Amino acid sequence: MSRGRFARWFDMRGWTLLLIGAPYVWLVILFLLPFLIVVAMSVATNTPTAPPFSYGGDHPWINLEPFSRVLTDGLYLRAFLTSIMNAFVAMVLCLLIGYPMALGLTRVSKSWRTILLMLVILPFWTSFLLRVYAWMGLMGKNSWFNGLLTDFWNFLVPLDWAIRSVPMMHTNFAVVLVMVYTYLPFMILPLYASLERLDPTLDEAAMDLGSRPYQVFLDVTLPQSIPGIIAGGMLVFIPAAGELVIPSLVGNASQPMIGKIIQDEFGQARDWPMASAVAVALLVLMVVPTMIYSRYQAKAEGAK
Amino acid sequence: MKRSPVFLVSILCFGFAFLYIPILSMIVYSFNASRLATVWGGFSTKWYVSLMSNEAVIKALVLSVQIAVVSATIATILGTMAGITLARFTKFRGRTLFSGLVTAPLIMPEVITGISMLIFFILMADWIGWPGQRGFTTITLAHITFCMIFVTTVVSARMVQTDRAIEEAAMDLGSRPWQVMFDITLPVISPAIISGWLLAFTISLDDVVISSFVTGPGSTTLPLLVWSKVRLGVTPDINALATLMIVTVGIGVAAAGIILHRSEKRRLAEERLAFRNND
Amino acid sequence: MAAQDDAPFLRIEGVSKSFGTFEAVKNVSLTVGKGEIFSLLGGSGCGKTTLLRMLAGFETPTKGRIFLDGHDMAAVPPWERPVHMMFQSYAIFPHMTVEANVGYGLKHEVGLSKADRAARVAAMLDLVQLSPFAKRKPHQISGGQRQRVALARALARQPKLLLLDEPLAALDKKLREHTQFELMSIQERTGVTFIVVTHDQEEAMTLSDRIAVMDKGEVRQVGTPTEVYESPSSRFVAGFIGSVNSFEATVVGREASHLRLDVPALGGEVLTRDMPGLVAGQNVSLAVRPEKLRITKDRPEGPNCLAGHVKDLAYFGKDSLYRIALPGALVQAHAVNARRGDEGARIADWDDAVWVSFDPSSAIVLVD
Repeated sequence: MSRGRFARWFDMRGWTLLLIGAPYVWLVILFLLPFLIVVAMSVATNTPTAPPFSYGGDHPWINLEPFSRVLTDGLYLRAFLTSIMNAFVAMVLCLLIGYPMALGLTRVSKSWRTILLMLVILPFWTSFLLRVYAWMGLMGKNSWFNGLLTDFWNFLVPLDWAIRSVPMMHTNFAVVLVMVYTYLPFMILPLYASLERLDPTLDEAAMDLGSRPYQVFLDVTLPQSIPGIIAGGMLVFIPAAGELVIPSLVGNASQPMIGKIIQDEFGQARDWPMASAVAVALLVLMVVPTMIYSRYQAKAEGAK
Repeated sequence: MKRSPVFLVSILCFGFAFLYIPILSMIVYSFNASRLATVWGGFSTKWYVSLMSNEAVIKALVLSVQIAVVSATIATILGTMAGITLARFTKFRGRTLFSGLVTAPLIMPEVITGISMLIFFILMADWIGWPGQRGFTTITLAHITFCMIFVTTVVSARMVQTDRAIEEAAMDLGSRPWQVMFDITLPVISPAIISGWLLAFTISLDDVVISSFVTGPGSTTLPLLVWSKVRLGVTPDINALATLMIVTVGIGVAAAGIILHRSEKRRLAEERLAFRNND
Repeated sequence: MAAQDDAPFLRIEGVSKSFGTFEAVKNVSLTVGKGEIFSLLGGSGCGKTTLLRMLAGFETPTKGRIFLDGHDMAAVPPWERPVHMMFQSYAIFPHMTVEANVGYGLKHEVGLSKADRAARVAAMLDLVQLSPFAKRKPHQISGGQRQRVALARALARQPKLLLLDEPLAALDKKLREHTQFELMSIQERTGVTFIVVTHDQEEAMTLSDRIAVMDKGEVRQVGTPTEVYESPSSRFVAGFIGSVNSFEATVVGREASHLRLDVPALGGEVLTRDMPGLVAGQNVSLAVRPEKLRITKDRPEGPNCLAGHVKDLAYFGKDSLYRIALPGALVQAHAVNARRGDEGARIADWDDAVWVSFDPSSAIVLVD
């Protein structure tokens, strides 16, 4: 059977080249290149032209002013602080709720486990925006939920302290609450994955050796689930810190998070270099925890 | 089975209440007759009727579904290629960059992805005159890019679990690499490809942040429409819309879960039977 | 039965394969005749699988050449080689029926009509006795049946060479023995040359016409099962195939047709079969297989008698293993329990004083 030289080349090398090349080229053009443009943009100078940036001119070719503003201007520092605080508190709360839930999931019967796991995953498939929206309905002044909380508060405290409703909407508390709500499955799933792998006979061995249940938890269960805690923590912290939608709907406009700052610098202020510098700074902030995470993962892989 | 401690059971109840009460409340209030979205004023389905006649909503839904179908399909093709590459080709020049490129978008905050794409599209329009107008094309391109990463993750996880020898066996029996892919690899990993497509479809359908950056005049997707409406407050027709979407997705996911569970059970039973009949 | 032509059917010429700095196969040269069952035997990491994969075309040799039936295989991709493989995991296509699996390779055969294809598949299924399972999916059949699907699938295209990677490793012990003989009978009926990779020396011994013993990427010895067992060429081969008692020794001299060795561990000199090329004073090893050692209560006639006592004994049913302490060494000896009897009927008991002896012709002298 004689076959063309192209067909032979395609079988031996061309096919592999196509398989690797197509997604590679796509990602280089539509992900890497835009990203590099942002990095380059962060050292450009803002000008009233279209597009609103230039290199050179009065300034040196590289303009570090946007970065120095990120580090010195109170607006940016406050926004970073708010973002980190909100994301961190949301992460800790997710852990506090998610850990016992994940542990509980490993202890229920097999058929229940399948159903409950599906219930944890189900929100993933439903609209993020609508899940945020669901809480807006609950937190509003006239909602049954707010009314319930108000009644509870008024029942506990003296009459003078009575309130008409709990001020929840447009606060950082609301942002954190909704973040916990929307990101809780991200925490539960990796935790469950790491807890499920644990050998139940280890618990029994520890108890057999005289440990009380809480000691078993501290000595056996908790140390072994650290990779899951870190994975879950990263999965909550990273999107939470860059969150744009949740604060825009339930947050306090006078305490913007960093995502809002980037959007405003780019849109309203038309200061592309500044927006890019803030974005790069946010990314640097993300890289640190991610590196910790991947080091942990590498360690866990090595231990296996 | 061990007895579950009271504490763990109660936190499970609390946790699931926390996850589902807001959604249930929203569903209940979608049948609220009152104009005030949060005050109960009797049962009514009028918001569903008004939703059906709301042209802006229908138009946005159609646009969103179109974008989601196109981007999920292309993302699945590219993501499957990338997933296979990641799992099978361990040594090629630029592999380190490649694996970086398929993980970085996962940890990149959406705001940054959105802004970088927007700047990219504006500059491209400035330099080469394309894309002339932002809208369907730019949103789809952006969605393909980050949806394919999820497909890649799902597919490469599946590929790693698949015995590489079956691909070698097909090659050994006379199939060229591309035939092996269509005869063996793709059918074997098809469950992962299907779930990858569904994941990409939902993510595209659900995306707000990136769409909000790369959209143009006249191209309002459903999430963008909802976002702009919801910013002004809670309205009963959004409750109705949310209910429709959540119920549709819920039924779909539950059905898929049950079907998968059943077929897995049947498979296990057949395997046990085959093992018992071992001769 | 191996009908060897003058020109070898498969010739491997100085083949090496490196992965980075690791040399998996080092300068291997082998020839295999048409219709032979040839085994590559060795522990894990000895390079046997890499060598097999080079024959299949999945790896390219770093150095050296491979000729099959006179054709250089170097530039031939796996899908064009008349060589098929039975994978260790069997690599059954999980989404195809048994029938479709067996027929998969035939779809590449140009000029084969649909009816011919079906007939060939049916014949193959018949050969491995799987006809009733033709429509089943792989997960609906047992492990032993899967092994036969893999065999039928590889044989369907009538390969010149069939490569079998640990063909029996995934089967349980009972099934393994049965399958071994089935493999041999199928090979006999089809006449295809088999190359078997295995780590199991018993499997290699029963299956093969010839065995290549490999270690650290090198071929240490090639020979028939009897040759490698009875006349191993090195300490490694002697120890790898079967168990062996081995001792350091020095050549003392020759007498008649025997060689006299000084073996300090045995407390004196012993006689062995003569081996050319040895000179007095040379350091060698003496190796004696446990079943070649005789145990008696009284001192037997003849040379090579050593006094000791029973340190340990293990009863296996058909035979017993004795560990006997000699003045300078502990040796293992196998004794067949030919007579039926209670425990009192055995040759010796714990701590009994015994004589251990062996025939000069059954001792092996190893230089390497």
